[in-house]
Order: sequence, then C-alpha cells, then structure tokens
Amino acid sequence: MKCQRCDKQAAFHITDLTGEEVSSVHLCPACAKVYLEPQQAKTVETSSLISMLSKQLKVGQTAEQLAALDQKVCPICGISFFEFRKQGRLGCPHDYTFFTEELEPLIVNIHGVTTHKGKTPTHRSISSESQTQLIQLRRQMNEAVEKEDYEQASQIRDLIRKLESGESL
Amino acid sequence: MSVERFANQVGPWMRGTGPQSDIVISSRVRLARNVAEFPFMMRCNDIDRANLEASVSRRLREIPLLGECEYFNVSSLKPVDRQYLVERQLISRELADNSGARGVFVDRDESFSVMINEEDHLRLQVMRSGLDFEAAWDQINALDDAIDEKICYAFHPQYGYLTACPTNVGTGMRVSVMLHLPALVLTKQIEKVFRSLQKINLAVRGLYGEGSQAMGDFYQISNQLTLGKSEYELLKQVGDVVPVIISYERKARQFLLDGSREDLQRQVLKAYATLQRSGQISSEETMHLLSKVRLGINLELIQAIDIPTINRLFVHTQPAHLQKLRGSEMDTAQRNKARANYLHSQLEQPSGDSPLS
Repeated sequence: MKCQRCDKQAAFHITDLTGEEVSSVHLCPACAKVYLEPQQAKTVETSSLISMLSKQLKVGQTAEQLAALDQKVCPICGISFFEFRKQGRLGCPHDYTFFTEELEPLIVNIHGVTTHKGKTPTHRSISSESQTQLIQLRRQMNEAVEKEDYEQASQIRDLIRKLESGESL
Repeated sequence: MSVERFANQVGPWMRGTGPQSDIVISSRVRLARNVAEFPFMMRCNDIDRANLEASVSRRLREIPLLGECEYFNVSSLKPVDRQYLVERQLISRELADNSGARGVFVDRDESFSVMINEEDHLRLQVMRSGLDFEAAWDQINALDDAIDEKICYAFHPQYGYLTACPTNVGTGMRVSVMLHLPALVLTKQIEKVFRSLQKINLAVRGLYGEGSQAMGDFYQISNQLTLGKSEYELLKQVGDVVPVIISYERKARQFLLDGSREDLQRQVLKAYATLQRSGQISSEETMHLLSKVRLGINLELIQAIDIPTINRLFVHTQPAHLQKLRGSEMDTAQRNKARANYLHSQLEQPSGDSPLS
C-alpha cells in the first residue's frame, strides 16, 4: 500500500478515533511523523525567528552544506537542525552546546551579545555535563520501568538524585 | 477546584489602584525556566509531559507560597474555563491551547501564577496594579529562589537560563507594563510612539492580540532582549520609558481638552449611552466604548461611573466571563445579547440622575 500523502510505501496504518468518527490513514514513516505531531501554534515571534534563521543560513552556505546541516541530529533529544529551523524551538538544553556554531550567530542577531549577565541558580548549580546526563538517565529509567526492571529503575533514580544534589558520577 | 472562586473579585491588573493608575493598568514580570532532567516541550512525548507535570507540581506544592495556591489541571478543564483563565491573564493562550498534561498554580489573590508545560517547562508571572516593578520583581525573585531549592534548572554558564526558544535565553525575563493610551490613539500619535520604542528594543503589543491593533486602547510594552542585561537593567529599561509615555499621553489628553472639550464630552456620553442601551453588542465594540468612558472618567467629563467599575466591566464582558455569569454556553449572537443585558444591568442609573452630575 502506498502512502496517502506521497508515493512512498506506507508503513503506518493509523486509526483515528476523534469524536464519534472513525477514520484510517496509511502513511510512510516521514508523513506519519508529521501527522502525529501536535500542531504547534506559531506566534509572530516564532515566524520572525524562523525567517531570521533562514536568511542567516543562506549567507555563505551552499545548498549542499545547508542540506548536510539540516541532517545534523542532537544525540540527546534527537531533534534535527531542520526541525529546529522549521519550528523555531529547540529540543533540549544540550542543543545550545551541540548546535552552538549555528546558534551563536542567531543569538547575536536577536540579542546583540552571547553572554548572560544577571541571576544564576543559587541552590542547585550543576554542570552542563551533569544536566545532559540527567536527561539520558531519565530516559533510561523510563525504559527500565517499561521493561518492568524496577531494580534497575531505582538504581537509575538514585543516580539522578545524586546528580541533582550537585555530585558528579 | 473550580475557576468560579475568582468570580467575585478582580485581578490586580484591573483593580485600578497604585501609582499612575489612570494610565498604567498593571506591571508584570515573567520568568521562563526549564527543568534540567527533561528535554524541552518539543521533544517531550505524552509520557514525559505527564511525568513532568506530576513531578514538578508535587515538588512545587512543598513551597508554602505555592501550597496555598489553587492548582488547576488545565488539560481537564473545560474550554470555557481555560478561556476564563486567559481572560483574567492568569494563563497564556498557549497554555490554554496546548495539548497533553499541563497545569497552573494560581495565587488566591491572583497576583501571581506558575504555569507548567507551557512553551517552557515553567513560566512564572507576577502582576501588580499600577506602576510597581520593584514589588513585582521582589516577589518573583523570591518565588524563583524557592523553586530553585526544589528543582534543578537548565542553566548554562555562558548563555544563562536555557529556554526552548533562543529569544528568551539568558535571564528568561520579560518585564511588561500595560498602559491605557486612548488620547495617543485619538490624536493619531500612537504609531510614532511605537516606532521610537522599537528603536530602543522595546516590544509593543495590543492587549488580547498581536500587532498594533489593541482592543480598548490597552498596550503592553516589554523588553525585547533577555540576554546580556541583568534583571535590574531590564527592569530599568522598561521602567525608564514609562514616565515618558505617560507624559505624552497626558499632553495628548490636555490637547484634546483644550481643543474640543465639548466634542470629547459628547463622544464620552454617547459611548456611555450606547453601552447602557444596546440590544446587542460585540466584545470589540464594548472594549472600544469602555475605553472612551474610561478616558472620560479620568478627565472628569463623566461622573456616573467610577474606574473600578469600568475596569471590572472590561473583564466581565469577555466571552468566557459572560458564559460563566450566565451559567451556560452561548454562541456569538447569544453572547452579544447577554453582554448588552449585562451592561444594562450594571450601568442602570437611578431615575432623574444625569450621568453628568
């Protein structure tokens, strides 16, 4: 069966139960992802951010370079640069480190500077590395719970608490 | 807990008290924060969202100030109740319209709220009547410190507080002031004021909407940049410009009085009469007319009504408020009739009493 939105092979057969109506759609993986993702309301601010970003990227980059950049995926949250570019929202704190080369010019464009001045967390300051580990550990913990491996889940929980209290692993 | 508990009160932003409250409606400070152990909302699946809402709300409840708040599970609220909270400025349109687990802590006095699972994991906001940034900042800073004790925030040594959108990174702070500027609109100077504000990196927005078309001549001015300036500098940036705009508005009001006092008074009384006697009236027209009357009260052109009453009417004639008042859902046409009836009942005058005296 072919995807209803493009001509690729359909891999997802989705039955939609909205209200009293039952409908089914057949989609390829890429179209299914778009279909299943909740519609994000784009504000004026977001659309100006997106256009700012696309202008910035067109300067000094070839189409091939852009395409390669779009494929770049954050190992922590799995967001691709393409997705960020389209939605104007980042996927996790690690993106600020992982996409730093692409983000810095954008941040300069928006704010004029790249260094924070002002308040810092007083009670629970932990390193960026530990923050990234936290997201990974939380995901591993959820996977352990799903596999009903509660012993491993509770071990991971302890690691999370340790990191949160400022210790490193 | 139902949203009706707020029915007999008005939030601080519509109380009409505080310094310069004839022009400055309210001062607001907002902080965007994210929890280090979760990805940003965009990459949270339904399970993450539910875990995030449950774990954050549980930890926040341990804070005495928040433990005393009302907590609303926004996803289980009826659409009209969500809209009701939006109209009271307690939650954002985004939180109302999002899907999945999300919630909000609301202070019983409506002076602050903490949203969970908005564009960022946490959005704190504090509101004060009139021009009062200092008090708003003191409260939100203390609230932020208390949350910081319970939750590990996503923070980067160079970029500061990390947010889902790079436009909020750094302090995550938006300082805004809501102004009533009818005379600048009437004298067609408002666009000029906006352009000069944009040049100094301040954003202007109409109440209940994007762009420069403001309902009821209410405008919100806020800082555009969040990175590279300290919280105090941002407060000062917005705070410094407010007296300037106030002086422009006062000059425009004086200009209107000097040039055409009778004409202005006629407009104000006509607006009042229309509000009193319409058979049906839209939300937009109501805001427009109430704005005229509000200007008239401040210029002592009308005595039949006071500022607290008019401020209350701005809120209570909004669609969700009308429906809560009636206790039933209504379509636009029904609302327009109900709104006219409500205004009639609120603006009814003792017989023989002219609105002038």
